[in-house]
Amino acid sequence: MHLRDVVKILDAEILTENDDSALDIDVHTACGSDMMSDVLAYVKDQGLLLTGLVNPQVVRTSEMVDIVAIAFVRGKRPDKMTVELAQSKNIILIGTQQKMYQACGKLYAAGLGN
Amino acid sequence: MGDSIKLRYDVNGEDFVTCGQASEDVKRTLKGIGIPSATIRRVSIAMYEGEINMVIHGGGGVAEVEIFEDRITIVLKDTGKGIADIEKAMQEGYSTATEDIRELGFGAGMGLPNMKKYSDEFAIESKVGQGTTVTMTINFQEDA
Ligand SMILES: Nc1ncnc2c1ncn2[C@@H]1O[C@H](COP(=O)(O)OP(=O)(O)OP(=O)(O)O)[C@@H](O)[C@H]1O
Ligand SMILES: [Mg+2]
Repeated sequence: MHLRDVVKILDAEILTENDDSALDIDVHTACGSDMMSDVLAYVKDQGLLLTGLVNPQVVRTSEMVDIVAIAFVRGKRPDKMTVELAQSKNIILIGTQQKMYQACGKLYAAGLGN
Repeated sequence: MGDSIKLRYDVNGEDFVTCGQASEDVKRTLKGIGIPSATIRRVSIAMYEGEINMVIHGGGGVAEVEIFEDRITIVLKDTGKGIADIEKAMQEGYSTATEDIRELGFGAGMGLPNMKKYSDEFAIESKVGQGTTVTMTINFQEDA
């Protein structure tokens, strides 16, 4: 699934400044967690992380496991420093009002595997 | 036989926000010399877990990294409170992290087991009241 479709399905706002073509990247699988410990321990090739946490270590954790995009759920928004950190690592940040369960469910139903 | 690359970082124990910069820099360095991405990921996860531990449990310290042709060694040394029961600390799910740390997304008790899992050689030494030293070696060839 293209990141563009994820944005559409989650009715998300794009929080980093990217070329429009950045939304053409393919994400094969996703992972939803508020525990970075679990992301580090269990993530394999997930391109997308859904989380309700907004601190800078969410971006660092994602970088370490090669996650390319982060979707913040429940209307949570990271501060400017965290957005800039993501930007410097070419990690795309998006934000949705939807809750974790809904957001994951919609993406799964649309064919984004785990 | 080329020379090894030696890197040294001060890990600030007061600063959760900048924590992870040493691991980032090592990741960048390995990428620059063309190490396979699966290996880089193992190194990155192991070192980042260790760096986080130095900050949230160990009060900060020094990370020393040496990159050889066929492997990387990472030594994480803090002068924090130390670990009384290492065997217990190495168990999955064992954590003394506070609620504050958990709210930041850490403290599942997965770090040390994860570091051991991703390294080819893993050693931990600790003295209560004096500090903890973790030494990890990760070989390059296996994922090549
Ligand atoms: N550098 C250290 N100094 C003092 N205690 C440590 C250090 N590293 C680990 N510990 C102790 O060992 C426990 C287990 O560490 P581990 O990294 O496995 O889990 P955690 O840090 O609590 O949670 P997670 O790593 O999943 O975020 C810690 O809760 C802490 O009590
Ligand atoms: Mg830990």
